[in-house]
Amino acid sequence: MPSTTDPRTRRLSRAGHDSSVDSAHGGARDHAPATARPASAREGVDPGDGTVRLVDADGVRHPDATYDAWVEDVDHAALLRLYEDMVVVRRIDTEATALQRQGHLALWPPLLGQEAAQIGSARALDVDDFVFSSYREHGVAHVRGIAGADLLRVWRGVTGAGWDPHEARMAPMQVIIGAQALHAVGYAVGILADQETDERGEAPGSGATAGAAPTEAVISYFGDGATSQGDVAEAFTFASTWTAPVVFFCQNNQWAISEPVSLQSKVPLVERARGFGMPGVRVDGNDVLAVLAVTRQALHRARTGGGPTFIEAVTYRRGPHTTADDPTRYRTSAEIEHWEARDPVDRIAAHLRAEGALDDDGEARVQAAADAVAAELRAGVTSIADPSWPDVFADVYAEPHAELDAERDAYARYLDGFETSEGGGR
Amino acid sequence: MTTQTMTLAQGLNAGLRQALRDDDHVVLLGEDIGALGGVFRVTDGLQREFGPRRVVDTPLAESGILGTAIGMAYRGYRSVVEIQFDGFVYVAFDQIVSQVAKMHARTRGKVPMPLTIRIPVAGGIGAAEHHSESPEAYFVHTAGLRVVSVSNPQDASTVLRQAIACDDPVIFFEPKRLYHVKGEVDPAVDLADAPPMSAAHVVRPGRDVTVATWGSHVATGIDAAEAYDGASIEVIDLRSLSPWDADAVTESVRRTGRLVVVHEGPRQAGVGAEICATVTERCFEHLEAPPVRITGHDVPYPPAKLEGHHVPDLDRVCFAVDQVLGRVPLDVPTVSAAVRSGGEMAA
Ligand SMILES: Cc1ncc(C[n+]2csc(CCOP(=O)(O)OP(=O)(O)O)c2C)c(N)n1
Ligand SMILES: [Mg+2]
Repeated sequence: MPSTTDPRTRRLSRAGHDSSVDSAHGGARDHAPATARPASAREGVDPGDGTVRLVDADGVRHPDATYDAWVEDVDHAALLRLYEDMVVVRRIDTEATALQRQGHLALWPPLLGQEAAQIGSARALDVDDFVFSSYREHGVAHVRGIAGADLLRVWRGVTGAGWDPHEARMAPMQVIIGAQALHAVGYAVGILADQETDERGEAPGSGATAGAAPTEAVISYFGDGATSQGDVAEAFTFASTWTAPVVFFCQNNQWAISEPVSLQSKVPLVERARGFGMPGVRVDGNDVLAVLAVTRQALHRARTGGGPTFIEAVTYRRGPHTTADDPTRYRTSAEIEHWEARDPVDRIAAHLRAEGALDDDGEARVQAAADAVAAELRAGVTSIADPSWPDVFADVYAEPHAELDAERDAYARYLDGFETSEGGGR
Repeated sequence: MTTQTMTLAQGLNAGLRQALRDDDHVVLLGEDIGALGGVFRVTDGLQREFGPRRVVDTPLAESGILGTAIGMAYRGYRSVVEIQFDGFVYVAFDQIVSQVAKMHARTRGKVPMPLTIRIPVAGGIGAAEHHSESPEAYFVHTAGLRVVSVSNPQDASTVLRQAIACDDPVIFFEPKRLYHVKGEVDPAVDLADAPPMSAAHVVRPGRDVTVATWGSHVATGIDAAEAYDGASIEVIDLRSLSPWDADAVTESVRRTGRLVVVHEGPRQAGVGAEICATVTERCFEHLEAPPVRITGHDVPYPPAKLEGHHVPDLDRVCFAVDQVLGRVPLDVPTVSAAVRSGGEMAA
């Protein structure tokens, strides 16, 4: 059986992939508008007055000369699906927070407020694109098809990875701030290397045409705080000088635990891009349509040889950093109210209602669907089996390791002792 | 002397406050140590009291924190760095190992590095990945660093002040499991009268077996000593791992003839290996049994639901005591002959 870890096998499978699966969400394939200019490294460098926004906080759609073309296929039905996605992941988040409070999870980092940034970007991805995220991208994981128990396994403390990264095309969540940005670049470099191999004709059956631009791309998610890490700066350098097909998607949610973004940067984060020689774009991270547009553009650039893009999605973390955090120590309720007025879900609902595409019944139907997902999540958590002691020793190495095997055997004998010496000794 | 009941975290807070008062060149650097007071509240209220120039929220970059602390040391500042969790210190490892540790020797003593690097350490708290590690061996292995680990609120306060006053860089481990443990603390102990930072303490005298440990497992050792029937167990809190108080341990083992070392970090090349080797060299003729180590396994720290099978506990320490007393056969992990001759590769 072909290994899923062999990139060439994947490429073959991609060739046979049914593209309707993801186009159903209006985010399929490479959505270059017919009128798109050839990808240029200059595009998006200067964000002008700043932020790309297509739907404002009141739900009003504003025309945009550059970005309308990137979402011209997004009709009411597609927008409704994006709306439903956001309602569902918000509901997942609420349920997981409750599960943590009730002792079913050890910890949970809420995404409340960041739904549009995650859904808009994740729905821009092709199924074969690969995601390297932090720990907060539950919305992205949901879009990748990771459901129920798999989403919660790690947070319940039973395993280090809730899903098979190759199957989901998404690496396990990353806790070490910024580390995943480099992993994404490496994966993207692998795509380039595959392409060169194909061009030399060394990978028969890969299906790629010689000289074709890469068709896969990589996206890396990280926070505003992460931009201070050396790993992230190194990722920018490597991606830029190697023209790697990667998108750096930074959710600037204004806070890194208790530290405001002003502690990480004196200028808008998007300005970092210029110094590394890549396009940067600042987008209203609470506008799902704008996020979809800028991410599609960046992915298109990556796929067509234009190299990396840095996206700063301006949003807000309305919940605590994690369920262990107490944000009242470092921020005001006025600030939270300010951002509640810019809610990503409400604005799309308002827009759809104004367009006559959403009514009370429609909202109720979406809410019911979200409740069903939440119920599935709750059922999933109780179905997660506890790991057993041999798992402590499992998978540490790919090949047998004599000392560790001996250590495991000694521990097994020690545990056996409890069964044979009941009531003895101490 | 006036004492107050404090948690270990409050003892650390009191130690930091005293150090900030005693020396205006002491500064605190770290992530979330200001308004939040650190994720464990160890720096609670200190920024309010001493201002943001002395209690500094840094950008989110551990290598950056350590690197700038080095530059500040050139200017005569004593930085006390908070690493938020053990698993994040590796991001700063290069600055610590290649720069902090070597600077004094490199400059022939002209540039001391009086840094204190505070690291919440070890597990047993049901935390996520990278939040439960015991990385002490890396630092003990690095010449130029001193390494200490506290086990009670008084030491938390006093040893922290000693570490800050010390002209060498000190890796200061704070066992997370103990942050809420309470004890009596005199926050203003005269450091001139305090026992040296590097001295071990016999926390429970005994005749038959020496248990040497540190940090959160001092409590495990005491529990075992109290629970164990039919033998008298001496428990030593090493307190300092580099240097470690070999005299105190060998003196004890000469009396008891038996040694158990308990630590949570992995076994291979762990600090216990050094202790067992030294004791064997120095006390060979006094030993009634080979020294036994109870440690974390040689695995990445397991997910929370499995940590009970990883972290040394009362039962495992009692089992080791059984072993050195000859009550159960010595059963240390042994690599089979077949494996040693390469059989594993064929399998
Ligand atoms: C190397 C490292 N240092 C510190 C931490 C502790 N920590 C976890 S999340 C976090 C803040 C991250 O902020 P940001 O990058 O903005 O992401 P957000 O949590 O806002 O999504 C910190 C400091 C860590 N996980 N890894
Ligand atoms: Mg943030």
